[in-house]
Amino acid sequence: MRSYSFVLNGKRVTVEAPADMPLLWVLRDLLGVTGPKYGCGVGVCRACTSHLDGEEIQPCTVPVADCADRTVTTIEGLADGDTLHPVQQAWLDCDVAQCGFCQPGQIMAAAALLERTPHPTDADIDRIENVCRCGTYSRIREAIKKASANGG
Amino acid sequence: MDRNEPVRDAGPSRRRFMVYTVAATTLTVAAPLGCDTQRADGATQASDVLVTGTDDEMLVLEVTAANEVVVRLPRVEVGQGITTAVAMMIAEELDARLTDVRIPLADARSKGNQYTGGSSSVSSLYDPARQLAATARARLVTAAARRWRLPAHSLRTWNTRVVAPDGRMATFGSLTASAARIRTPDVSSKPKPAARHKVIGKPTTRIDARDIVTGAAKYTGDLAVAGAKPTVVARPPTLRGRLVSLDDTAARALPGVQAVVRIPGGVAVVADTFHHAFQARDALRITWAPGPLAPLSDKEIRSRLRAAVPRLGTPPHGSAQIEGEFAFAFVSHAPMEVLTAIADVRSDRAELWFSTQTPMDARDTVADLLGLAKSAVRVHVMRGGGSFGRRLEFDAAIEAALISKAARKPVKLMWSRNDDTRHGRMRPASHHRIRASVAGGRVVAFQHMTASVGESSDKAGLTAQTGGVRPLPSDSGLYNFGRVGGDSGGIELPIPLGAWRSVDSGTSRTAEEIVVDEVARGLHQDPVAFRRTTLRSKAVKAVLAKAAAAGHWGRPMPSGTAQGVAVHEEYGSAVACLAEIDATDPKNPRVTKVVMAADVGTAVNPRGLEAQLMGTAVDGISTVLRAGLHIDRGAVREGSFADFHYARQRHAPLEFEAHIVPSGREPGGAGELGVPAAAGAVANAYARATGTKPRSFPLDF
Repeated sequence: MRSYSFVLNGKRVTVEAPADMPLLWVLRDLLGVTGPKYGCGVGVCRACTSHLDGEEIQPCTVPVADCADRTVTTIEGLADGDTLHPVQQAWLDCDVAQCGFCQPGQIMAAAALLERTPHPTDADIDRIENVCRCGTYSRIREAIKKASANGG
Repeated sequence: MDRNEPVRDAGPSRRRFMVYTVAATTLTVAAPLGCDTQRADGATQASDVLVTGTDDEMLVLEVTAANEVVVRLPRVEVGQGITTAVAMMIAEELDARLTDVRIPLADARSKGNQYTGGSSSVSSLYDPARQLAATARARLVTAAARRWRLPAHSLRTWNTRVVAPDGRMATFGSLTASAARIRTPDVSSKPKPAARHKVIGKPTTRIDARDIVTGAAKYTGDLAVAGAKPTVVARPPTLRGRLVSLDDTAARALPGVQAVVRIPGGVAVVADTFHHAFQARDALRITWAPGPLAPLSDKEIRSRLRAAVPRLGTPPHGSAQIEGEFAFAFVSHAPMEVLTAIADVRSDRAELWFSTQTPMDARDTVADLLGLAKSAVRVHVMRGGGSFGRRLEFDAAIEAALISKAARKPVKLMWSRNDDTRHGRMRPASHHRIRASVAGGRVVAFQHMTASVGESSDKAGLTAQTGGVRPLPSDSGLYNFGRVGGDSGGIELPIPLGAWRSVDSGTSRTAEEIVVDEVARGLHQDPVAFRRTTLRSKAVKAVLAKAAAAGHWGRPMPSGTAQGVAVHEEYGSAVACLAEIDATDPKNPRVTKVVMAADVGTAVNPRGLEAQLMGTAVDGISTVLRAGLHIDRGAVREGSFADFHYARQRHAPLEFEAHIVPSGREPGGAGELGVPAAAGAVANAYARATGTKPRSFPLDF
């Protein structure tokens, strides 16, 4: 076991962990950061979606060693203090969430999409793979368009 | 808690409630929650019976000195929005700000109705919650009147405050101590008439929406219960496979492993993190014997089911027959949050944290298994990351309790997604034979014979549970179809099953709606026009008319695309769905638009109701087109969302509309209502777009 240091939600953190330990469990079990959720462990449900150096990742499939000296952002680090990120605000305005479990991942996926493509088409939004078992997809689509219009 | 004398308050309509003020230093009132939501008119006798119950059976409202209104809810929040709906009822009658109302979930109780299911929560809470808040309001107003020496009727309530005509204000929090001593209020304790509702009926954002979008909302797995160690279970490849031999030497030698424990369902590993737990689980050397279902695959199960469908009777003399035979596969509940339970079992007591629709049954079952008194087991009910019926059963809580007891430490057990998909529970597979007999241009008889898989008890598996009350599907007599009848058969298999959102209606009514379309076609009638002339209920006709108009039924559609329609009535509510499908590639259809219309009586939160309908639309799309489980030689073939094809964004409609038909009736049920209508509409749209007769679901399987 060795130690890995990275920037998490704006603060430098250091953890002792096996190199192959998935970032998801480093976040949840070692650092107590529980916004990213376990939904499958193999990167297909995408409930854990977060950002690594600003790009979308699924922490359940990224070993901690790959994060050394890089910047990790989870749902907890998306807002600017009490000011919500435009995507979070759009999620509130559209009342997207039902059970809420997949929503941190949905929001992080949407934020990453808008970073790459500020004005996504329906086809761009269709490429988001995150599963929502409550079926909130229509409101997710509406919220992404709203955030896009608001400069998210 | 001691009770002061009960205050008799007439309910607003057909029901009467006893509401109590509870002796406390803050204003605390309680209303009984019946087990039966359909209590008889003016049931003084029933109220008197409930008076003898314990406070446990009550819905209790407390106004804190910090100006918060707290109602501990004996239901679970799994995404259906019940905490928001109840907060709205309370805010309405108290004139409190919604942000001052807290709705924590009650721990498992010893008595009363703590069941979440059957789309009954809003209808069972609507009267008691409003009565409770109205009673509290009367006492707060009276306390302010006495403080200010003003007539109580001159005061009003606003934003969690009492306001005097001269502009003086007092927060509820500042009045709560004196209000607690009021025996007889000087103003009415009756809930407002609906015409004065300002909160109920107004589209309202979820009270927990901000917690969810910031990642602050806590689910069971997010709790930091002292010492509770991450735990996973190695399970057999087949359903209810048997452990033959176990060598845990290598697993125990791995770093971070705390315990290895055998339980009926497999072998549990307790470790420092879930990473360590999964690694040690994979290092266990286990020989499994095939489970009792091992000789069976889908094909045999299907033919046995088919054989179990009762025979259709003799059709009326001289009638022509329109018949269909339908097959529905097993379907996973697949809530996003896999089953998770924290258990801390000691020699003389136990404490558990998990999301459950049936906390009282869970507590009793766990107590029995552990050999503890029921009163020695505490169950904290957590919000759930989805349920769809899955949390009627409490498999993970049972396992967590057994593991904690054996390992002698608190554990946080999580089922993996593979565990959830491969070891159930699931919606039972079913088979249907439906026949409409037509004579003289109308349906003169309608028969629906069905068989579904039942779960046989299996001592080697988990203890049989009795948690789920299975609501019956509505009568198939939705239509004026002459002689309507049916019967059901079934086969028993040792396979973990569970009620799935809308239960039997999700299959039975879907199949019926497909036949209704085929009858319309046979009679050369338009599906909407045919339903209009044959439906019995005004409410169903009205929602159908609304959906057809809003969805532009009959608009010209390009070849390979089509509209489809279906209706359903259940839980005292009615729903219609219009779906548009693009099946130009019949192997890869996309539902492009869904329009639903519902009459659920009083819609407490129209925005929440719309969300529920949206969810059922996606359930309909998923179960009809792609989402199902295969059984291969006693094992579930699928393992995660990679192969259990629940809809993703690219399968969801690009446009969704929900129309709520205004109603002055008391609330009906809504959470499960839309599934059969949505599934039926999608199947009918597919049939019309492709010119096929859909018979086996999911279609792409």
